[in-house]
Amino acid sequence: MSQQSEKKGQPEYLDAMRNPLVIKLKEKFKENILDAKTYGNELTIWISKDILIPLCKELWENNFIYLVDIMGIHQPNKEKNFALSYILHNFKNNERIRLKVEIKESELIPSLTEIWKGANWLEREAYDMFGILFSNHPNLERILMWEGFEGHPLRKDFPLKGINTGAAIYPDVYPEGGGPPKKEDKNA
Amino acid sequence: MLDVQELELNMGPQHPATHGVLRLILKVDGERIVDAKPVIGYLHRGTEKLFENQTYPMNVPHTDRLDYIAAATNNHAYCGAVEKLLGVEVPRRAKFIRVMLDELQRIASHLVWLATHALDIGAMTPFFYTFRERELILDLFEEYCGARLTLNCMTIGGVPEDLPEGWIDKLKEFISIFEEKIWDYENLLTDNRIWKKRTIGVGIISPEDAINYGLTGPPLRGSGIKYDVRRAIPYEVYPELDFEIPIGKNGDTYDRYLVRMEEMRQSIRILKQCIEKIPDGEIQTKGLKFIKPKPAEVYFSVEAPKGELGFHIISDGSPKPYRVRVRPPSFINLQALPSMVKGHLIADVVAVIGTLDIVLGEIDR
Amino acid sequence: MNILILYIILPAIKGIIILSIILFLVAYATLIERRVLAFMQARLGPNIAGPEGILQPIADGVKLLAKEDLVPSSSQRFLHFLAPILILAPALVIFGLVPFGEAGNLFGILKQPITLYITDVNVALLLVVGFASLGVYGLILGGWSSNSKYSFIGALRSAAQVVSYEVPQVIALGSILLLASSLSLVKIVEAQREMGLWFIFPGFIAFFIYLVCGIAETNRLPFDLPEAESELVAGYHTEYSGMKFAFFFMGEYANMIVVSSVATVVFLGGWLPPFPSLKIWQSLPEIPIFWFFAKVLLFLFLYIWLRATFPRYRFDQLMDLAWKWLLPLSILNLVLIAFIKWGLK
Repeated sequence: MSQQSEKKGQPEYLDAMRNPLVIKLKEKFKENILDAKTYGNELTIWISKDILIPLCKELWENNFIYLVDIMGIHQPNKEKNFALSYILHNFKNNERIRLKVEIKESELIPSLTEIWKGANWLEREAYDMFGILFSNHPNLERILMWEGFEGHPLRKDFPLKGINTGAAIYPDVYPEGGGPPKKEDKNA
Repeated sequence: MLDVQELELNMGPQHPATHGVLRLILKVDGERIVDAKPVIGYLHRGTEKLFENQTYPMNVPHTDRLDYIAAATNNHAYCGAVEKLLGVEVPRRAKFIRVMLDELQRIASHLVWLATHALDIGAMTPFFYTFRERELILDLFEEYCGARLTLNCMTIGGVPEDLPEGWIDKLKEFISIFEEKIWDYENLLTDNRIWKKRTIGVGIISPEDAINYGLTGPPLRGSGIKYDVRRAIPYEVYPELDFEIPIGKNGDTYDRYLVRMEEMRQSIRILKQCIEKIPDGEIQTKGLKFIKPKPAEVYFSVEAPKGELGFHIISDGSPKPYRVRVRPPSFINLQALPSMVKGHLIADVVAVIGTLDIVLGEIDR
Repeated sequence: MNILILYIILPAIKGIIILSIILFLVAYATLIERRVLAFMQARLGPNIAGPEGILQPIADGVKLLAKEDLVPSSSQRFLHFLAPILILAPALVIFGLVPFGEAGNLFGILKQPITLYITDVNVALLLVVGFASLGVYGLILGGWSSNSKYSFIGALRSAAQVVSYEVPQVIALGSILLLASSLSLVKIVEAQREMGLWFIFPGFIAFFIYLVCGIAETNRLPFDLPEAESELVAGYHTEYSGMKFAFFFMGEYANMIVVSSVATVVFLGGWLPPFPSLKIWQSLPEIPIFWFFAKVLLFLFLYIWLRATFPRYRFDQLMDLAWKWLLPLSILNLVLIAFIKWGLK
C-alpha cells in the first residue's frame, strides 16, 4: 500500500481560480463564484444558487450545451445541508465541468428545465430522493417512489431497512399491512 | 353533434412490448397518440442507498443488476470511477481484457435489442437468430468468469482472472462466425419493405432536441451527432484502437437501427485489434486490499451499449462511499419518448420503445 | 327411397367425413406451422409428444379442454360466449361448397361413382364470399364483449381491415367469373379443364390480389394487426381462455384453409393436375384428392413462410395498401380481362 501510494497516490484538490474559463466567469459573476478546484482532470466550480440560471446560459454560450447529469447530495453535518452537482459537457473540445450548489433544506433552487428539457426527470429524481424543491419546474412530482410516499429515501436519516409505509394498495380491499384479507373478513 | 372523447390506454406495467415494467399512460384519439406519460419506479430497489452502506469492493456485484443485459460495462463504469477516485492506473493487460469484455457485451446487448425490437414490430425470426449468436458470447463470458448474465467480471484495480487458456482462440472462432451471421439479420430486415415502412420517419428526434434531452448512445448518434464516450473522453486503451463512430442522418428509428448494426461491426473490429495487441503481464493493481479514499468527488463514465453510463462517487474518508449516483442512459433516453411518439399511432409506440433500447433495471435502479 | 339416400343420408355421411378431415387438418396445421416455423428459425419446435411431436395437437386440445374458462366479470356474457362460435362456424360451412375432387368411385370400392363434394350450388362463389365475411362478426363481438380496451381496439382494427380487404378481393374474383362464365365452383374448375390452363395464368394479377387480401382477411402476418401481440396483447381474444380461445385459434386456421381452398379451386385448377391437357397425366394412376390437398398445403406453407419473413404492417399503411393500391389494381385487372375476353370472341 505504502509503495503504491508513493508512486501514484490519490490526487489532491488543486486550486483552479486561474483557469481561463473560471476567470471569464468570475469577471461576470464576481463573488457569486465561490470557489473552483480541480481533482484529477475534473474542474469543479462552487457557485451560489442565485446565479445558476444566468451562469448556465453563459456556459451555453461557451459551448457547454449538454447537461450530463444532476446529482443530489445530503450533507447533514453542514449548515447548508443539501447540495446539487451539475455536470456539463462541451462538444467542441470535449471538456467537462461540474457546478456545485449548496442550499439549505427549505430553500428553493431554480429549475434548469427552461434551458434543458432533459433536466426535468433528473430534478424530479432529486426531489423524490432528497426532497430538494425546485422553482419553476413544470411537473415536480415523485418519479421512482409512488405518489403519497412519506419521506425521501436517500437522505442520511432514512433507515436502510426502509420504513413501514402501510403499503395497502387498495385500502378498502386489503386492510392494514397489505396482503389478502383473512377469511372472517371475507364473510363479514 | 358527436361527442368525441379521448381513450386513455394503460400500456404496462405488464405488457409484452414495454421491456420490463414500464408503464405508459397513453391518451389516444382513435389510434393516434395525443399524449404519452411514462410512469416508472416499479423496479426501484434502492441500489444507490445500498451502495452507501457497503464498502467499495462489495458494491461491484450490485452494479450487475442495473443494466442486467450489459453487466460488464456496469462493472467497468463503477470500477473505473473508484479507480479515478484513488488515482489508480490499471495494468495494461487488464485494460485490454476490460475492453474485450466491454465490446463482447456491447454485441450481446445489441443482439438482445435487435431481437426484441424486431419482435415488437412483428418480425419473429431475427429473435431466434440473434439469440443463437448471443449464446456464443455468453459461453465466452461463462468460461472467463463463471457467470453468464450477472458477470461481476471486474474488480477495482483490474480484472479478477486472467484469460483462460484457449479463450482467445474461441473468441477468434466467434468473430469468424459472427461476421457471417450478421448478414442473416441484415438480409431479413435492412431492405425489407415493411421494415422500412415501419421504421423510416418514425420517432424522429432532431439533433437539437437530442442534445436538449440529454440523449446518449445510439439515439443521439442516430440524429447525426458524433458523440461517443470512447472517443470524446477516452478511457482504457480506446485511443490506441482504430474504429469508427457510425452516425445517422434523419434521427428516425431506421437510422438508429443502422447505427447499432454498424456498431456491432465496429466492436468486432476492436476485438480483432485487441487480440493482436494484448500484452502479457499483471492483471491487477497491487495494494488495493483495503480501500479508504480521502474525501473527494468524481464522475467517471463509459460508453455502455445504451449510452453514456456514469458513476458519481463522493468519498468521506471511510471505507464506504458517502454517496454514489448512477447516471443511467436509459433513464435519460426514456425522457424523450413522449415527444417522439406524439402524433404517431399505437403501433409506433412499441417501435419507439424498442429503438430507445431501455432496460428497466437501470431506469428504476 | 333413392331420394332419401341421395339428398339426406349421402350428404350427411359426406359432411361428417369432410368435417372430420377439415378439423384434423386444422389441428395438424398448427403442428405443421410450429414445426416448419421452427425449422426456419433454427430451432426444433414441438417434438416430445409422440414421434416428431405427432401427438402435440391432441395434447394441446386436451389441455385447452381441461382449462378453466375465465369470463371477465364486466363482459357481455352471452356475446362473449357467442363470438368464438361465430368465427368457427362460417368457416366450416364453406367446406360444404368446396369441391375436393370430381366424381369417382374411390378405387373401385363403390359400385356407383360419387361426387367428392357435398353440393354444387350454382352461386357457390357468392356464398363463399358471403360466409367468409360473416367471420368478422366473431372478431368484433369477441373484442367488444370482452370489455377491455385492447380487445376493443383489436376489434375495431379487424372490422376496418376485413371490410376494406373484401372489396378488392371480390373484384379480383369477379374477373375470374368473366373467364369462367359461372359462379359454381365445379363449373369454374371444368372451365379450366376446357381451357387447358389454370386461371392463374390469365388472371395472375387477380391471383396476387386475392392472395394478399386472403392473408389480410385471415389476420395473419404481415397483416395480423387485430391480434398484434406486441401492441394489443393478442387483441380481440385477450380475454379468452380454454376452449373458447381454442375456437378462435381453430377459426383462424380453418379460415386459412378456406382461403387456400378457394384459391386452389379458382386459380389453381382445383383437383386438376398442372396443365390438365398434357397426355402424361392419363398414364399415371389417379388419386382423387391428391392434387387438391397438395395445392392447399402449398398455400399453408406460403402462410408460414410469410410469417417467418415479414414484420407487421401499421394500421394506416394497411388501409393505404387496400384502398390506394389493391382496389385500383383490381378494377384495372377487371377491365383488362373483360377486354381480353371480348377480343377472343
